[in-house]
Amino acid sequence: MNKPVTVTHALSNEHIEEAETKHLGFWIYLMTDCILFATLFATYIVLRGNTYGGPGGKELFDMPFVLAETLILLISSFTCGLALLAAKAGRKAYVAVLLGVTFLLGAAFLGLELTEFTKLAAEGHNWQASAFLSAFFTLVGTHGLHIAVGLLWIIVMMWQIISRGLTAGVMRRLTLFSLFWHFLDVIWIFIFTIVYLMGVA
Amino acid sequence: MKSYIIGFISALALTLVAYLFVVNHWATGDVLIWIIMGLAALQVVVQLVFFLHLGREQKPQWNGAAFYFMLIVLVIIVAGSLWIMYHLNYNMGMDPKQMEEYMLKQSSKGF
Repeated sequence: MNKPVTVTHALSNEHIEEAETKHLGFWIYLMTDCILFATLFATYIVLRGNTYGGPGGKELFDMPFVLAETLILLISSFTCGLALLAAKAGRKAYVAVLLGVTFLLGAAFLGLELTEFTKLAAEGHNWQASAFLSAFFTLVGTHGLHIAVGLLWIIVMMWQIISRGLTAGVMRRLTLFSLFWHFLDVIWIFIFTIVYLMGVA
Repeated sequence: MKSYIIGFISALALTLVAYLFVVNHWATGDVLIWIIMGLAALQVVVQLVFFLHLGREQKPQWNGAAFYFMLIVLVIIVAGSLWIMYHLNYNMGMDPKQMEEYMLKQSSKGF
């Protein structure tokens, strides 16, 4: 059992201020990302009925599939939180494992989503078929793109943890990553509810 | 640790309840919409508090300030867009079927 080692190795006031500033800066970026998604949501809500004579959500969405995606992402948010707790306790091995699980879950989510998209496109329901589908692919696709970037970030973080250990910088970046990952799950709650649940209701 | 477990269990429950309401038709129409929106709002709060630790920072709470400002901008954009588009559609003076025919005719003109 490795003893937990705290990471506050002589954090000067400057270090702490710098960390807090970067934390706030990233949070503000996340807030602007919320507004980005809000505009995509507004667009989707306005155009959801414009199916150009074709099928709408009720006909196209596979609800058990979507539930699986939702649960996978939720669990990955949980394991991400656990990874951060492990990092604060200095338990490098646990951090690596939990980040790895988070990655696998995130990749599974993305895989399912890509399956969903390709199936729709193969059946002719691509983003050019109607305004509803344009809005759908843009909104859900943008979220998926964010997830993909998050997966890349996990790989970078795992590399940094292995090569540098749990330094102050690595800790800070892990914290920012977990903010990003939790934020993506929050956005998904809205997608799940507004796009899928309300599409089928 | 407790924070994440409470958050996870609550979020899981809220997700499943919303899903079952829709899939099992435990409610329909406007009532159903209000219920799932309410459950979603609740889950957002749960995740913000238990995963993102919103409101737990020391003073000055700039994270909180940035969040509430974002909310203001967001409400203006989303509510404003929906309001405008709803009125636009209303002022076009057609029922949904006529509107669909009108739009199909317009797009077939190749603009």
